[in-house]
This record gives sequence, C-alpha cells and structure tokens, in this order.
Amino acid sequence: MKALAGGYARARDVAHAVDLLAKADGMGRVLAGGQSLIAAMNMRLSTGDMLVDISRIDALRGVTVDGESLRIGALTRHADIGADPLVARHAPLLAQAVQHIAHAAIRNRGTIGGSLAHADPAAEFPACVLALGGTIHLQGPEGARTVAAEDFFIDIFETAIAEGEILTAITLPLAEAGEQHLLIETARRSGDYALAGLCLVKRAAGYRLSAFSVGPRPVLAVAAMERLDAGDVAGAVAALRAEIDPPGDTQASAAYRRHLAGVLLTRALHDLTGETA
Amino acid sequence: MTISFGNPDRPNSYIGKTVPRPNAPRLVQGRGKYVDDIVLPRMAHVVFVRSPHAHAQIGAIDTAEASGVKGVLRIFTGAEIAAVCTPWVAVLAHLKGLKSPPQHAVAVDRTCWVGEPVAAVVATSRAAAEEAAALVEVDYTPLPAVTDMMTALDADTPVLHPEMGDNLAFRRLHEEGDVEAAFARAHKVVEAHFKTARHTGVTLEPRSILVDWNPAEGQMTAWHATQAPHMMQTVFAKHLDLPEGRVRVICDDVGGSYGIKVHVYPDEVATAAIAKIMARPVKFVADRLESFTTDIHARDHEIGARLAVDADGKILAFDIDDWTAIGAYSVYPRTSAIEGNQVVNLCGGPYDFANYRAQTSVVFQNKTPTCQYRAVGHPIAVAVTEGLVDMAAAAIGMDPVEIRRRNLYADDAYPVTSPAKMRFEGLSHHASLNKLLELMNYDALRAEQAALREKGIHRGIGIASFIELTNPSPFMYGIGGARISAQDGCTVRMDPDGSIVALSGVTEQGQGTEAMLAQIVAEGVGVPPARVRVITGDTQVTPYGGGTWASRGAGIGGEAALQSALALKASILEVAGAMLQSPADALDIRDGQVVDSATGEARMPLEELGRIVYFRGDTLPKGLPRELVQTRHFITSDYPFAFTNGVQASYLEVDTGTGEVKLLKHWCVEDCGRIINPQLVDEQIRGGIVQGLGGALYEEIHYDADGQLLNGSMADYLVPMAAEMPDMIVGHVETPTMESALGAKGAGEAGTAGAPAAVMNAINDALRPMGAQVTAMPFTPERILRAMGQIED
Ligand SMILES: Cc1cc2nc3c(=O)[nH]c(=O)nc-3n(C[C@H](O)[C@H](O)[C@H](O)COP(=O)(O)OP(=O)(O)OC[C@H]3O[C@@H](n4cnc5c(N)ncnc54)[C@H](O)[C@@H]3O)c2cc1C
Repeated sequence: MKALAGGYARARDVAHAVDLLAKADGMGRVLAGGQSLIAAMNMRLSTGDMLVDISRIDALRGVTVDGESLRIGALTRHADIGADPLVARHAPLLAQAVQHIAHAAIRNRGTIGGSLAHADPAAEFPACVLALGGTIHLQGPEGARTVAAEDFFIDIFETAIAEGEILTAITLPLAEAGEQHLLIETARRSGDYALAGLCLVKRAAGYRLSAFSVGPRPVLAVAAMERLDAGDVAGAVAALRAEIDPPGDTQASAAYRRHLAGVLLTRALHDLTGETA
Repeated sequence: MTISFGNPDRPNSYIGKTVPRPNAPRLVQGRGKYVDDIVLPRMAHVVFVRSPHAHAQIGAIDTAEASGVKGVLRIFTGAEIAAVCTPWVAVLAHLKGLKSPPQHAVAVDRTCWVGEPVAAVVATSRAAAEEAAALVEVDYTPLPAVTDMMTALDADTPVLHPEMGDNLAFRRLHEEGDVEAAFARAHKVVEAHFKTARHTGVTLEPRSILVDWNPAEGQMTAWHATQAPHMMQTVFAKHLDLPEGRVRVICDDVGGSYGIKVHVYPDEVATAAIAKIMARPVKFVADRLESFTTDIHARDHEIGARLAVDADGKILAFDIDDWTAIGAYSVYPRTSAIEGNQVVNLCGGPYDFANYRAQTSVVFQNKTPTCQYRAVGHPIAVAVTEGLVDMAAAAIGMDPVEIRRRNLYADDAYPVTSPAKMRFEGLSHHASLNKLLELMNYDALRAEQAALREKGIHRGIGIASFIELTNPSPFMYGIGGARISAQDGCTVRMDPDGSIVALSGVTEQGQGTEAMLAQIVAEGVGVPPARVRVITGDTQVTPYGGGTWASRGAGIGGEAALQSALALKASILEVAGAMLQSPADALDIRDGQVVDSATGEARMPLEELGRIVYFRGDTLPKGLPRELVQTRHFITSDYPFAFTNGVQASYLEVDTGTGEVKLLKHWCVEDCGRIINPQLVDEQIRGGIVQGLGGALYEEIHYDADGQLLNGSMADYLVPMAAEMPDMIVGHVETPTMESALGAKGAGEAGTAGAPAAVMNAINDALRPMGAQVTAMPFTPERILRAMGQIED
C-alpha cells in the first residue's frame, strides 16, 4: 500500500519541533527513526499525519553521564546504545536489550525515544527503563517536565506524553557496584518481538523485575520482587504469573505466555545468581 | 548422437558441472526487469476493492465519492468486467466428480472470501487508485460463512454454493488388497491424527501483471510474473474472446514462484479485461496484504491414519483418511483437487506393502482458495507415512532405521507398481539411506543423544524417506481436458559469429533454468556456456511449452534442449564436412571449433563457418542443407511420472521449559537421476528444505471462526529465516531415467517433501521418553508444551 501523509516538515531544533506540532491541529506526528511509524503508514493504519521530522536534531542524540545519572538522548539509535561504553558500564541491561531488538537494519535507524514513545507492550526498552527506575524527559508548549517510568506507560501504544509534547531524553540511575542486569526473552525467531520477556535487576536494596509482552504495557512485577527479596523463588514465579495479564494471539495463548514468564524467571535467577527453584 | 556421461574428461563436459549462472550478475546488480520495472506510455494502475467479509451478498456499489479522487480514470464493478470476460469452471475430467461453480474475475452479486475482488479502480497512479478504492461504498449483506473443514459436510452447515448441492468438491477412495483383514491380523496397529497448517508461498516478488491491448493490431500483450506463459495465453484468449495467436505473454524476470504463480488469478484476468476495455496498458502489482489474502493457500489438511505391522516390523497395511478445505472455488485450470489426490497417490510411497486404503475428501469453505504449491501433497503424505512408521517402530521397540530397511522397496525391485498404482522406473531407497547414515554418522549421533539425555538435554533424530513426482506426462492435466502442455520444446540456432541462441518453453523464476539450459546446449553443440544465450518466457518467440511446474524444467525442457543442440551440431558438421571435404562423422565441435574427432586437431572456428554460411553461401554446394537452427520437442511416454526418491534426517533439541525447537543439523540424500549442475541441485534441495522447515515450525495462516484472516503480514505470518536454519548436508545417488538421453528427473521439490516429516519425527524422538507426541504442524513452542502437559489454561 502507499502511505497517505498529511504533510511533512523537518524540525531545526526542539523548540521548532514543538512549534510545528502546535500548528498541526492535532494531526502532528513526530517522526524519529520511522521504524514503527513508517510501517504503520505503509499499511494505512495511520493516515493524514502531519509529520514533524526530528531526526536531524543533533542535540537529542547521544549518551552522557550527568551527575548521578546516565542521560540518553531520545534520538540515540538502538545500534549506538548497543555499542556505547557508558551504557555498557552504567546500564548494561539496555545493551543486552539491543541484541534482541529486530534486525541490524532496524537497529541502525530505530531510536530509544521512538521505542518508548511508541510503547509497544512487546518492546524491550520500555521494560528496561521500568526495571531500572528511569525517568522520561518531555518538552512541550508548556515547557519541560519529567515523568517516572512507572507512571509513563499507560496502555497499548499509549503513554503519558501529552498532545504536542516531545520525548527528549531518558535518565537512569548509574548502576551501583555489583549491580546485576539480565534480560531474558523467548521469541519465535531471532529479531521477532518476544512471546514474553523479563528484565531482572539485582541491587543491594533488592530485586527489580519487569515483564514485557505479557499485557497491555510493561509490568513492574512488584509482588514477585517482594518474594525474590524474601528468597522465595517458587513464590516469585507464582506471584509473577498472577500479576501479569498476557494477551493471546496467533503466536501463543495467554496461558502459554503466563507459563513462559515463570520459566524465564527461574532461568533468569539461575543465570544471575545460580539459584534454582 | 549420444553423450558418454560416464567419462568426466569427455570434450565439452558441461553437463554435470557447476557453471556460472548467466542471469546472476544481472539480478545481483539490480539490472533485472520485473513487471513492476516496466513503464509504458499511457499506463494506468488498477487497485481492487476487496471483500471484508468471508461470505456476503453484494448490493449497491456507490462509486460517486471515489470517482472524484484526482487521477481516477474509471471504476469497474463485477458486472461490467463480466460483460467482456467469461467466468471459468475449474474441473478436470479425470478427477471424477470434481465440481466447482463458475468463478468471475470480479465477484458478481456474491463474495466468497475475505480478499475477493469486488470492484476495480483504475487511476493514473497506484496511490490515487488506493485512495479511491478506500472510498468505494459497497452495500454488503453478510451471509453465514463455512469455515470449519471437518463440519463442512454436516447437515446443519450451510451449503456454500446451493447449486452445487453440498460442500463436497471432490472425493476419491482408493483401495488395494484387503485392508481390514490386514489390520485384523496385525501384531501392532498405530494410529494418529495429523494436521498440516494452511500456508502460502510468500514469493519475494508479489504477483504482478501489466497488460496492453492494441486495438490497431488486435493484439494483447501481457508482461506477467507467471510460471506458465503458454497456459496463460490460452486463458486470456478464451475468456476475453481473442484468437490465441493474438495474445502474447512475456515473462522477463520473475522473483520466485513456488507454484504460486502457475494459477489463474481473478485480479490478473480482470486487469487484462480492463486493458481491453480501456485500450491502454494497465498494471496490477499485489501488495503484501493482498498476497496473503489472494495468493493461493495450500496444505490445509487433517488426516486420520493407521498403520498395521507384523511382529517383524513388516508393514501390512496403511489406512488414510485425508480431509482438505480448498476455499470457495476450485482454482483454474489445475483445480484444487490435485493436492488431496496426491495424498492418496503418495502415502506409503517408499514402501513395499500390499494393503492400502486412502480417501481424500475435498470441501468448500469461505477462505482463500487453495491450490498447488511446491511439492504438492508430498509434505503431507510424507509426514503421515513417516510419522506412522516411526510410531510403529517405537511400538515394537525397533530402531527407526531398521524398520525402514525392512520395508523400503529393494533397490533391484524395479520396475514396480505401488499399491497406490504409482509406477516406479528405478529408485534407490536403500543406497540413499545408507549414504545418509554415513553422512550423519548415525550411531555416533545416537550415542551423543543418549549421553545428553542423562544431563537433561532432550535431542531428537528424525528420519524421513520419500518419493517425489517429477517430469509429469499429460496424465497430470492434459488427459483431464486442460490446455496445459506436458511436452516442451527448444530451438537452438547458430548465428554468424558462432554464438548460440537457445529458445526454450520452460521458464526461469530464479531457480536457474537458464543456467541449466545453457550448459546443456553448450555441451550438445560443443561451445563454452558463455557463448550460449538463453531466451525463455515469451509465447511469441519460444517453442510451445508448459513452463515451470512439477519439477519438469530440467527433465523435460533439458532433454528438448539437448536434442535440439545435438541436432544443430549435426547440421553444423554437415556443412563443415562439405567445406572441409571430410565425412561429417570424422569431425566434432569442441570449445567452439570444428575439430578432427580422432585427433582433436582444430579445423575451423565456428565463426568462420558462420561467415561462409551467412555471407558466402555461394561457395557452398547447391542443395547443401544450411539451416543452422534446429527445434526438438520432448515428452515422456513410458511412465506417467518420473518418480525420484530420497531420505532426510533432522537433528534437533527441544527446550522442555519453553517448548522451543532448535534445529541443529539437517541431511538430505536424494536421487534426481542425472545431475546437470551440482550447485543448482544442492541449492534447490536446501531452499526446498527451508520451505519444508517453515511448514514444520513456523508457517500457519490463521482465520477466525467468521473467516477473517488474522495474520496477513510478514510480522505475523512467520517464514523461516536464516538465523534459525541449521547446516544442511546434501548428498546424491544418481539413477538416471531411461526415458531420455539426459536422464534427468526433477530436484526442485524433494527438500520440501521430506523436511517436515524429518523434523516431526525428530521432535517426537526427543519427546518420547516423556510420553509426549506432536502431530499438528507447525510445531510451535506452545503445541510442544501442551503435548507435554505443561500448560494450564
Ligand atoms: C521488522 C521490525 C521488527 C522490530 N522488532 C522489534 C523488537 O523486537 N523489539 C523492539 O523493541 N522494537 C522492534 N521494532 C521497532 C523498532 O525498535 C522501532 O525502531 C521503535 O519501536 C520505534 O523507534 P523509531 O525511532 O523508529 O520511531 P518512529 O517509528 O519514528 O516513531 C514511532 C512512534 O513514536 C513517536 N515518536 C518517536 N520519537 C518520538 C519522540 N522523541 N517524542 C515523541 N514521540 C515520538 C512517533 O510519533 C510514532 O508515533 C521492530 C521494527 C520492525 C520494523
């Protein structure tokens, strides 16, 4: 099918982009790496968008350490995150995630901001940011604001980004000494969206566990985290299975995904700590 | 003239060698010419409004708003197309009882599957046509949809085509021997219910056609991504009321076909009808969603099957009850009864046994029509047969190799006729099995499997013997009344510069036909392959032929090429003999030179002979035949089909936690008779295996109970990808067919035929200690865990 865009404009900087969105009369649509948006347009799942292309705004790209946190610009591409030494040191979970996201061609164009803004419940980065307790930075006509990852993901393809706002960066706490990260997932083929996946973070203060592709948005598995902190692996598996609400589709039923999440948790713990259920 | 194939050092020994593919650089450099690359003056684009309902009455069609879209030229309803294009009925006389109602190019009054064309929008661009198509308002009244195969014949299921009486399109029962008695005296009987999923071919280049009608010449030209240009010539002529001689079908590059592009598609015929009405070129290129809803589907079968063995593991009887649902129409002109018919013909195929009963029931339903797709029926029949054989081996505690050894036709048993009444000229099951076991180091692999099982690693080894139907005679379609040619022809000529042009009726879709033809012609005439130009895919240029289907290109088209090349060589040598004052049989052509055949001494380059013949014919004796062009046609006549055989093995690991299957290695030993180009054959086998692995593990078209297609994209319909594919070891045994000098049988479908069965048997080999078994493809992680009883709903 041929896409039907309402218009296109390339933004010079963030202020220009916010301005273009404000003038788009509700039809404005940020274009970043285009790896989800263009596919949707080509299937005419989205028509008439006034595209605001932010992909040339250099200020939105790159990884820096900013005091106690790691700051990743919204336009940082998946491939760059996978190769970035600061990410490898301070948020290795994201580097692990990149290996599971799509294929090289898509990782060369897709951006982390796009991934978070798109909020596909099966995507890796949203679950990573949730497990790491990250913060999302937004800028809109009213100025800049931040949203905690836990409050950011609302529903399938729905986030706390308000009309006219742009996601500019995410910040993550720097990994503490001895902190362990693990992303584990099962997909039908390499590069496919996962049937189910988990992000497990072990900090001195306790475990953090998020799950993806098991509901309308990534889930912070609070009950399972509590059982893990108590050293109750079987209880954590049961709690995780109880606190997710996976969809059934042509790839797998809800029951399979629920089962799989438990299997993955057992394996993740084993890989991370050598513990067995 | 014959060729001493036994001598690899013979002159011009190109047959049997890997030679470069003449069309590869063009395709790799992006210089190919596909239908979508062709742009003609005044060319318009057509987009079809497609039914969103599985079954509905079509009421008023409101085109007012759509007509207003900039660039729209005209919008056609089914009735307007029907005024110039007659409907077709896809039945064949030899498939007794097969019925199907008339089918229109664009639905008239009623639509029968999601995706059926209901109206056609013609515009100056594809984008404009799409925009307008979305605005065409069709008043549909939904009708009850028939979607479940196994209840299609139940009394309370609505009849899809009331004038047909019931939903049964075709049924065939074949019985041989005394099946009941054999089951009654069996030592063990194994029984299972198998399912193969509905899937489709997913060609890289979608279906494409560009048709021009020139009223001044009264000629229609179709640039068409098809496997069978001459068949399409007939179809366009017949249904658009044109003389066959005034329809020209041209296939430049075609980007994959796998059987998908050998059928008559309503939207493609409608495109031709529209070109005729509008007297201008019209292009239709399916997009990927259209491909999923309108390319033929295949393999949608459920099979109840039993096997009886005696205490020694000898097969006493097979009993097969095959069901398939083909959509709302039998597909024109090959029909949709062939796949089920093949299951009846092929089950038990490799084995020497006496009692056989097989029935296929082919029913209508409101889904995309199904038809022939690579290895038609084979993957189903092989999975059922080999699945049962492994179950029987397990039931009597025998190794899967041993039970096969005891039942495969002996290598010296030929010619022989199977219980399914298939005639085998010469097969090599035991030699192939022995070679396979050697290649895979079977005993060591079993030892490794056992050792790993101790450590909780569950690996499985699966073996699948198979037969493959190739080189079809008119018994496949012709005797049923279809104008589908089983013969094929080749014209070979020498031009003044000594170069050779070969025109062949078989076609190239990426599989290497032109390379195969070039090397045969090169050897037949005696020139390097680079001096041969091959032209295929133009009904006004090449000899009449069948094109590509049922693995016939090398066996039929190759023999025609060889015979015409040898005939040209004889013509050249006759002229050379006159010029050189030498008996023609004392001369030969080697590497583009006329030589003394005894000594190999060069006598004259072909370009010199060409110069004399074409420009100084006055110096040759009057009356000397000087046609440096020869045509030969070839048809098989001793056997209805040239069967090939082979055996595959799969080694894999099942993750009993997630249900995932990891393919570790795959082996195939096959016997396609004379191998013309080893690399092309190996890659056909590998590609075929990949397609078979797709069916085993990934590919499945999903519909809901209302007949809505649920996975019409490459994200949701999973094709096998490189990362998951195992290493494949391919070996060969060569038993040439005696029907031709070339001795080649087909190789294009063997990989697909056997791979699903090998994988199924390997998975079940891994699962057997856990008491689990899977028989419904594809073997998804979920199906495997469910078979193991791991999933609680
Ligand atoms: C074949 C294929 C497989 C894939 N597999 C995976 C996978 O396994 N895992 C995975 O996580 N992803 C996968 N993806 C998606 C890929 O990661 C995308 O790159 C990502 O989801 C979107 O990033 P993008 O920069 O391309 O965003 P775009 O496509 O440009 O935009 C996506 C959406 O986000 C909005 N948006 C983008 N940037 C911003 C911003 N800065 N502020 C506000 N809104 C914004 C857009 O308006 C649009 O609605 C796959 C994609 C493809 C095509």
